[in-house]
Amino acid sequence: MPFTVKDIMIKKDLCKGCGICIDVCPRNVLTGSDEINEYGLYYPMVSDLKRCIVCRLCELYCPDFAVEVHV
Amino acid sequence: MSGIITTEYIREKYLRRLPTAFCPGCGDGQILGALIRAIEQLNIPKNEIVTVSGIGCSAWIPSPYLRIDSLHTTHGRPIAFATGVKAANPKLKVIVVTGDGDAVGIGGNHLLHAARTNIGLTVIMVNNAVYAMTGGQVAPTTPHEAKTSTTPYGNPAFNLNVSEVVAAAGASYVARWTTWHINRLIESIKKAMNKKGFSFIEVISQCPTYGGRLLNMDHIEMLHYFRDNFRENADGMFRIGEFVDVEKPELTDELEKLIMKVKS
Ligand code: SF4
Ligand code: SF4
Ligand code: SF4
Repeated sequence: MPFTVKDIMIKKDLCKGCGICIDVCPRNVLTGSDEINEYGLYYPMVSDLKRCIVCRLCELYCPDFAVEVHV
Repeated sequence: MSGIITTEYIREKYLRRLPTAFCPGCGDGQILGALIRAIEQLNIPKNEIVTVSGIGCSAWIPSPYLRIDSLHTTHGRPIAFATGVKAANPKLKVIVVTGDGDAVGIGGNHLLHAARTNIGLTVIMVNNAVYAMTGGQVAPTTPHEAKTSTTPYGNPAFNLNVSEVVAAAGASYVARWTTWHINRLIESIKKAMNKKGFSFIEVISQCPTYGGRLLNMDHIEMLHYFRDNFRENADGMFRIGEFVDVEKPELTDELEKLIMKVKS
């Protein structure tokens, strides 16, 4: 059953800014940002949501349970 | 949503609190996620599982984050505690989450004898090649010539190939993966948890804070290194995959039979 992405949420209070989600995304949906969270870490942002194929590799590889892919 | 394990679902059902104490990019959080997904896919009730850990960064994988009963025990001894849990109630799935320093450095003898007796535990050993929690000291798993905080000019000794040793000691199931091979790791944890006898999974993991700093690599470069160098047909430490997958008599089963025999 194909899924279409509605949005991708990066939980700012959980993200440690490691960038692993950006690295594993096969479709370059996520990028680094200039925004910092309360720990002073740069969290990623969604640069091109349309390209997302809902593979959920970002969720699987995030060490901090900070990525939510909503369909 | 059938079959899909979302982050929200994992946080709600399996995690007591977040964020974890792990450094940014540490593999320990990824291994926690893999363990949770394996348990969820096997559909085992949480009250039939006990997790046991010792001391070290990896000991924090089950405790206190995982919403499943856990024993956070003394350095090097989680397998000894887990043996007691399994002997007292053989119906429980007992999972030990340990590190290389904990399982091989401090508690190596427990590991050998648990494999030899083939007691039905599942041991997940995170191998980041150093004693990370105490400051990145040399461990029995540190490669030859690698720099650590206590071998600043390189390790003069050689590392132990733990999976091969545990295989030789008599375990029923032995596998090695890395934090890059998460899907394979999840399948392997499921298989290990369904094994009757002693099962052992070594997970090569990145410690960006100590291992990475001394190797001059960040966590993403370390993950790429795992991706590019570890192969099922490789030799030595670079070999991943299943090393052993056999069925043989398990210790608590044998004990039960012995009790029946002596009683009758
Ligand atoms: S679900 Fe897949 S394609 Fe979509 S952002 Fe995550 S990794 Fe990229
Ligand atoms: S992998 Fe997770 S913790 Fe790392 S940057 Fe992405 S959302 Fe943040
Ligand atoms: S010291 Fe190393 S192993 Fe420990 S939490 Fe930090 S990165 Fe992970």
